[in-house]
Amino acid sequence: MIDGIAIYVLWLREMTRFVRAKSRVIGTLGMPLFFMAFLGFGFSRAQLPNLPPGVNYIRFLVPGIVGMTLLFSSTFTGISVLWDREFGFLKEIMVAPVSRVSIVLGRIAGGATTSLIQGAIILLLAVPLGFAIPGAAEVLLAVLFMLLVSVIFISLGLVFASNMKDIHGFNMITNFIVFPLFLLSGALFPVGNLPAQVQIFAYLDPLTYGVDGLRGALLGTTVFPLLLDLSVLALTSLLMVAIGAFFFERCQC
Amino acid sequence: MDAAIAVENLTRRFEGLTAVDAVSFTVESGELFALLGPNGAGKTTIINMLITLLPPTSGTARVAGFDVSREKDAVRRHIGIVFQEPALDKDLTGRENLDFHGMMYGLPRGERARRIAEVLELVELAERADVLVQNYSGGMKRRLEIARGLIHHPAVLFLDEPTLGLDAQTRRRIWEYIRRMNDEEGVTIILTTHYMEEADYLSKRVAIIDRGRIVAMGTPSGLKDLLGGDVITLETGGDGGSLLPLLGGLPWVKGAKEEDGEVSVTVEMGERRVPELVSLAQGHGIRVESVLLRKPSLEDVFIHFTGRSIREREVSARESRRELVTRRMLR
Repeated sequence: MIDGIAIYVLWLREMTRFVRAKSRVIGTLGMPLFFMAFLGFGFSRAQLPNLPPGVNYIRFLVPGIVGMTLLFSSTFTGISVLWDREFGFLKEIMVAPVSRVSIVLGRIAGGATTSLIQGAIILLLAVPLGFAIPGAAEVLLAVLFMLLVSVIFISLGLVFASNMKDIHGFNMITNFIVFPLFLLSGALFPVGNLPAQVQIFAYLDPLTYGVDGLRGALLGTTVFPLLLDLSVLALTSLLMVAIGAFFFERCQC
Repeated sequence: MDAAIAVENLTRRFEGLTAVDAVSFTVESGELFALLGPNGAGKTTIINMLITLLPPTSGTARVAGFDVSREKDAVRRHIGIVFQEPALDKDLTGRENLDFHGMMYGLPRGERARRIAEVLELVELAERADVLVQNYSGGMKRRLEIARGLIHHPAVLFLDEPTLGLDAQTRRRIWEYIRRMNDEEGVTIILTTHYMEEADYLSKRVAIIDRGRIVAMGTPSGLKDLLGGDVITLETGGDGGSLLPLLGGLPWVKGAKEEDGEVSVTVEMGERRVPELVSLAQGHGIRVESVLLRKPSLEDVFIHFTGRSIREREVSARESRRELVTRRMLR
């Protein structure tokens, strides 16, 4: 049922394309980088309620921007199935003698790797802005959170792609789903500053737990218990992979 | 051994439209079989069902001995496909595309490298193998796809409109590759086309498809023979009518008619009968001004069975599709 070679091959394809598409990578990193630099400097002296004690805004912001990078690159990787369909390559994959689940897992493996690399680049670029990278154990924990966040949103992208006829709905999804997920997650400001009714939506956003977990790993401060963040993300990612595989299997693309 | 492809009453309906209507045919192992018909006749729908991308509404199909509905994976392992639209990763090189395919089909590294070299040789792309596919011409892409379809030694190779949109010269070359694959690799080939010459030149047997049904099936020459043979038209000085009674007594004349001094004679092996006819006419003082020999084409066969030419059919198919779309939009 699960074909390791097929997963590896799809992962390898993603890596080859990633290494070759340098301009695309720089393009995707541009936005989070600008957010990090300009918001970081612009709000460095602002008084923001609910910031964890002893954490300045730029340090608070960096894990949020990492989460943002993961959210965007992962969702778009999932949706990029549409491009494969548009350019015909998806058919070549769909007639190969491998299970649909393996195809989904292969795409997740490839997308998660590229998302992790991009998240890591953002983290490194944050150092000159005054962000201190913690020890190896903390970084490993952060990588685990990054991985879970990637898996969740690649699967979400796959669900969108499987239900879209062409790439025209792309802007809709960016503006009305991806951006709200980003803004609700507490990446830019503490979720506690949102009105109570809006906070409910924030708690339904998986990225909220991802960003909180990343802050826990990288800054040592969280809103929720770290274990809660981890369990919510682990369960959600399992669920999302199943949903993504279900829709991908169902669509006759 | 089983037939390479055995299709029985295969039917596919899309909301309100029967795209494929109880189609049955068999393709023997090693055969080169063509589905000929206008665009919209249902050829690609048949192919999509045979390659497990589209579930049939009813009927059965076995490819390489496996059922396309119940044994999808086994079918997929035994077939190669060249889609109507290019299905290559343009950001990878030609060789990487082939390697990707070989790995997906579980070929070990050594065999993969050997096989890739072989198929690249076959389609004469060895020198361009390490160029990104986005820099390939249309013909090169098609050749690469043909090569890719062969890597894993498929029992059956599907070619959906293999020369669509290619110039005449490139089309000739693709034809040569297709023939060579069939001869050298012994692979069973089933191709769809709306080009008469293509089906005529390539296929051992052809099924003519119109509106989702097979209207005729046989060898190209056998189908053309159904029309009764070649037509020789003699343009005479005007007294052609006097030739008709003379023709009536000849055993090899299958039919003859005269119109405005032009005499049309239906015969077999027309090229052998032209001299006889001309000397017969001249022997009786009938002046022959020109001779036209017309061999029936598959186009004539198509007209014979459907009453329209393929081109006319295509225009009307496009119109009806437009109607369908409009109706959908109005709903």
